[in-house]
Amino acid sequence: MSRNHVSATVNGDQVEFLCETGQTLLDALRDELRLTGTKEGCGTGDCGACSVMVDGRLVCSCLMLAVEAEGKAIETVEGMAKGEKLHPLQKKFIEHAALQCGICTPGFLIAARALLERNPDPTESEVRFWLAGNLCRCTGYQKIVEAVLDAGREMRGA
Amino acid sequence: MSTTLKYEEKQLKIVGTRPARPDGVDKVTGRARFGADYNLPGQLIGKALRSPHAHARIVSIDVSAALALPGVKAVVTRDDFAEMPDEMAPVGELMINFRDVTRNMMAREKVLYDGHPLAAVAATSESVARAALALIKVEYEVLPHVIDVVEAMRPDAPLLNENQYTQGVKPKPERPSNIAKRLEFGRGDVAAGFAQADVIVEREFNTKPVHQGYIEPQACLASYSADGQAELWTATQGQFVFRAQCAKVLQMDVSKIRVTPTEIGGGFGGKNNIYNEPLAIALSRKSNRPVKMVMTREEVFRATGPTPGANVRVKLGATRDGRITAAEAVLNFQAGAFPGSPVNQASMCAFTRYDLANVHVVGNDVVVNRPKVAAYRAPGAPIAVLGVESVIDEMAKKLGIDPIEFRLKNAAKEGTQTYYGPKLGPIGYVQTLEAARAHAHYRAPLGPNQGRGVATGFWFNIGNETTCSLNLQEDGSLTLLLGVIDVAGGSRASLSMMVAEELGIELDRVRPVIGDTSSLGFNFLTAGSRGTFAGGMAAVVAARNLIEKMRQRVAKVREVPVEAVAWKDGRAQPADASVAQFEPMTLTELARMGGKTGGTMAGHAEINAQGAGPGFGTHIVDVEVDRETGAVKILRYTVVQDVGKAIHPAYVEGQMQGGATQGIGWALNEEYVYGADGILQNPGFLDYRVPVASDLPHIDTVIVEVPNPNHPYGVRGCGEVPIIAPMAAIANAIENATGVRLTQQPFSPPRVLKALEGAGKAQG
Amino acid sequence: MAKVSLSSVLAPYTEGVLELELDVVNVRQLFQLLGQRFPDLQTHLEHDIAVAIDNEIFQDALLEPIARDSEVILISKIAGG
Repeated sequence: MSRNHVSATVNGDQVEFLCETGQTLLDALRDELRLTGTKEGCGTGDCGACSVMVDGRLVCSCLMLAVEAEGKAIETVEGMAKGEKLHPLQKKFIEHAALQCGICTPGFLIAARALLERNPDPTESEVRFWLAGNLCRCTGYQKIVEAVLDAGREMRGA
Repeated sequence: MSTTLKYEEKQLKIVGTRPARPDGVDKVTGRARFGADYNLPGQLIGKALRSPHAHARIVSIDVSAALALPGVKAVVTRDDFAEMPDEMAPVGELMINFRDVTRNMMAREKVLYDGHPLAAVAATSESVARAALALIKVEYEVLPHVIDVVEAMRPDAPLLNENQYTQGVKPKPERPSNIAKRLEFGRGDVAAGFAQADVIVEREFNTKPVHQGYIEPQACLASYSADGQAELWTATQGQFVFRAQCAKVLQMDVSKIRVTPTEIGGGFGGKNNIYNEPLAIALSRKSNRPVKMVMTREEVFRATGPTPGANVRVKLGATRDGRITAAEAVLNFQAGAFPGSPVNQASMCAFTRYDLANVHVVGNDVVVNRPKVAAYRAPGAPIAVLGVESVIDEMAKKLGIDPIEFRLKNAAKEGTQTYYGPKLGPIGYVQTLEAARAHAHYRAPLGPNQGRGVATGFWFNIGNETTCSLNLQEDGSLTLLLGVIDVAGGSRASLSMMVAEELGIELDRVRPVIGDTSSLGFNFLTAGSRGTFAGGMAAVVAARNLIEKMRQRVAKVREVPVEAVAWKDGRAQPADASVAQFEPMTLTELARMGGKTGGTMAGHAEINAQGAGPGFGTHIVDVEVDRETGAVKILRYTVVQDVGKAIHPAYVEGQMQGGATQGIGWALNEEYVYGADGILQNPGFLDYRVPVASDLPHIDTVIVEVPNPNHPYGVRGCGEVPIIAPMAAIANAIENATGVRLTQQPFSPPRVLKALEGAGKAQG
Repeated sequence: MAKVSLSSVLAPYTEGVLELELDVVNVRQLFQLLGQRFPDLQTHLEHDIAVAIDNEIFQDALLEPIARDSEVILISKIAGG
């Protein structure tokens, strides 16, 4: 089976990889680039564990073909912290006990960052509806919502 | 000898605080490695071929075309695994029927459910592996199937196992049956009890199987080497139990398999059992390459254990002044394709919140053409409690007594005789009811089409075999090597906190690590809410063992009798100035000189923890019912629970909120939907709908702490209890809002609408 | 003699006997005597029975002592999720 050459940027780094035509962006990130922070929970776009940013848009990387990433800027959980400094959302997730098993956490963080970039001061209800595409089976969402609201406060300097 | 450490009340510095979890940074940066994140050089990808039929005899399996496909390195079928006799065999701490285990992981004579594996391939890529599966030719003789529990119990139902005779029935039945086992619990005289009753309520309930729904599909990586040793990385709730089961089915020595538990992306009981693990090892053995197997979500739904669906009948009698005089229940539980539903525990949990003189419970464990059930958080209890707490609510209403007051009048307390055996020790049930009654939620006003429901739950909690080591490192920091898995709840944090408290040191000096099977002795599954109870007891035993060794070492170094050395505030100090005076010695000083004074020091625990303390919870929920669509919205939710002691309150709240949310999903949306052909129609998160953030309101928690006398910090365990009450609480709230009693779970819009229409209470 | 009761769920394996008195010093002896007396109970003693000694539940505790005046109750073993 012939493979396709793709070049893109991932978390600001220029990358090149080969992928099968039917391979998803998620599989390419995980299997070709060994960026395993992005998770597969369903493979059908229903759980949000594979959430990444592509050219500034929040997408389920399991629903996008890797070949479609050609020339695109991709952001994953591995790029959230700046050096040793955690992103406020990462810090608040730990502080608020907003994660348990942690498999859904990368997807929630990416989705929540996308929310706060568009709406720096969301209501609790806006947070709940924005994150409705991300499934968490451990926490009952309460502490996730609290962490996102608190991170928003910190990022606004409120 | 079994181990129980008694509760001691003391001033606490670390236990009861809310430090950051030690696995937190790895989990928010994507660095934590879950099952599917492990890879080895040269690895192959394994995939399983699964039955498209609910019930069929396997006439033949031809793998030759698959094997001929370039890139395919190995294929395994039933012929690659030994036949196991139909008898219970010890494995780890469990007794398991390996006839069933070996048939569930790889079908032999028959496929028994849609999704039953019957071959597996290992190939150089996933796409080649998938292509190979399509080339395997299987000839089936399709048989009639049965998936409904009541139908499966009929004498003329299609039989899953022609050699299965109902156990627990004397004399042995003449004909085989799908009823694997019948259980009967009794106390007092229910007929006399019902004769004393002024009011009798009787109801029948039906529930569908639901799945644990962990977000991480099962994933493992196996590497078998030609010298007969195997290594396995897998997301498991029990590395030692998985090792024992793999060793048995693969006929290997236990010590020749090393299982490393990966970070686990949720379990809830669903990762207590082996599925792909022995197939991956067998494929690795055959191909001489590492083999990785990751399930798809569809495979998770079709082939890993959901909870049973059930048919439940409950009958309750009470006097006008609110005393329950008799209670009766019949619980018919689907076991899936092989026996072993949790009907036994459900029978014991059904009424154990009440002090009852006359009780009779019958349980039936029934095989049907569905995947074998697995444990799910308080296995079976929510199903029995839906029936019992609905009937309790209806009885309170008929008697005109407040539902919490009615429960209080009949509540189990310390000394209450259970119908399954012992008397209850000190418990906090009454305290949870009183805290719920005192909560502002219970008095908040309700609007039109809104209703409030209450329900309660009981779970035993368990102890069992538990190991850990506490290694004092040369700089005075400590490594806590744990046999229990941190399934999600934060046991790495809470066990480290107990160790730091015992030693009187800063928490960040203790680094918890989950051990692989070669690093510690046997440790039971992390299940039954035992992680913090039994794991905590082991951690305390290890800490005290280390303290003892350090006292002895200080006594030698300072040349004083060991009785003169006390461990206090992180240092060895004179116990009593009158015995001997000496210069105190810190942990760091001791660690530095350890090597030169007899060797490094470590504390150990290899215990079988006993004395688990039962947990009780009371839930309050407000709902609003849309009479046009049948949709039920959760407006407000409060969980009150006695956890004994919350070591890390934030993680305890997380268990209460998470358990309640799973219960809400069970109540409102989740169900396995099968077609008439016995094929699962909703094996994905689109059509199997688990709760999302926007479905839920704020979930309030009230932690009640009635210490377990058999744990050094009073821990009971907290993971199971919160899933028990939600289904019943929501049914009661819907009844309160509409006057209509729902008895068919889930209470999804079509079902609610149908029930409202049936009662003439729908709108539009 | 310890006062031994069996949970009603075990009645099918003991010809209906649910109470008896036995002279035993620990759980292992208790299981031996019960297994000899009720052969149908043997397999259950081995794999799915726990013991409450004076209302405290012990699972897999063969060496747990039983005092002369103890009340012992045999119940089903408990697992979990």
